[in-house]
Amino acid sequence: MNKEAAQELMLKMADDALIYGHRLSEWTGIGPILEEDIAFSSISQDKVGHAWQLYQLLEEDFGMPGPDQLGFGRKENEYKCCRLNELYTRDYAFALIRHFLMDHAEFIRYSLLRASSYEALAQLAKKVRGEIKYHVLHADTWVKKLGAATEESHSRMQAALNEAFPYALGIFEPGPLEQELIDTGIFIGEERLQSEWLDEIRPIIEESGLQLPATTDAAMGGRSGNHSSDLADLLEEMSEVLRSDPGANW
Amino acid sequence: MEKSLDPRIARLNIQRNEEGASPIGKHEYGESFEVFVQSRRGKQHVHAGTVHASDPGMALIFAKEQFGRRQHCVNMWVVATSEIFAFQYADSDMFETVPEKLHREPGGYKVRDKIEAYRKKISQQKADKS
Repeated sequence: MNKEAAQELMLKMADDALIYGHRLSEWTGIGPILEEDIAFSSISQDKVGHAWQLYQLLEEDFGMPGPDQLGFGRKENEYKCCRLNELYTRDYAFALIRHFLMDHAEFIRYSLLRASSYEALAQLAKKVRGEIKYHVLHADTWVKKLGAATEESHSRMQAALNEAFPYALGIFEPGPLEQELIDTGIFIGEERLQSEWLDEIRPIIEESGLQLPATTDAAMGGRSGNHSSDLADLLEEMSEVLRSDPGANW
Repeated sequence: MEKSLDPRIARLNIQRNEEGASPIGKHEYGESFEVFVQSRRGKQHVHAGTVHASDPGMALIFAKEQFGRRQHCVNMWVVATSEIFAFQYADSDMFETVPEKLHREPGGYKVRDKIEAYRKKISQQKADKS
């Protein structure tokens, strides 16, 4: 197995889960209704859990620093999350559209990874896939509902989709070791993932009365650590407690 | 407007309503659905509680997190509360004499001796055959 390639893949997956999980958690306590507040918070916990498991595997198999250090102790340009996940949450429509676009990609990615030649990663993918299946169902239910509910809900969802879509295309930005990942059977590759993703989301978007933006411009850079200032603000907020007492035992 | 100390709330830029909170209208947050949880395939679905939702699909995704998050389950039902039919508590005297009707329960009959005798007979027959 190509160690560096596996590491590259897992680090970007873990960073996606952590940063996306943190953005989801921002609705805890202020969600639109109590039941949705709980559901969104629970999904957020699942995501942070996925990040934790991946960071832990990176520590065990590749000798990287542990989850706390990887999650909270790196510089902004060392994070490999895609740009979609770091963006400020504009409103609930944006939160739901990002959730929809991201989790469909996550579900297909983890589904494909069940066949990975890297056994530990394949096991992890099998384990968490069921959770992501629920995340997708949650997103689909809301997108179908609000895409076709009222004029206001429709236009807000469409505006969010238009804004988020180029960033969503950035999910599939290949890393430098992409070809090694494919050649060694660790992962089937971002190009294949993107085409399956488009096939999956297109009919749901149409059913929701929304329109898939025609653009093919992708907001790249995240996978090489080139982020917007939104990420710096997020990291500042997320690591505030840790920085207040870095050596604390808990 | 005072700025919230919570950055999440500050970002939302919510304007304070001078008249205070307005009362919540009936069904404004959807109607209620009763949730039934099945712990194992083949077992009965057991009532677990209530969620508010705008339709059954929405009720299912909420039910999963409200009631399927901390216990093992394999399936769930949701039923609109308005579709449930119930007795009136005023009529609960209909159930009052239930504890006295021991003759309706299997333990209310003295059949133990007969069952024992039958079991003995069966095992004797089996022993004879072999």
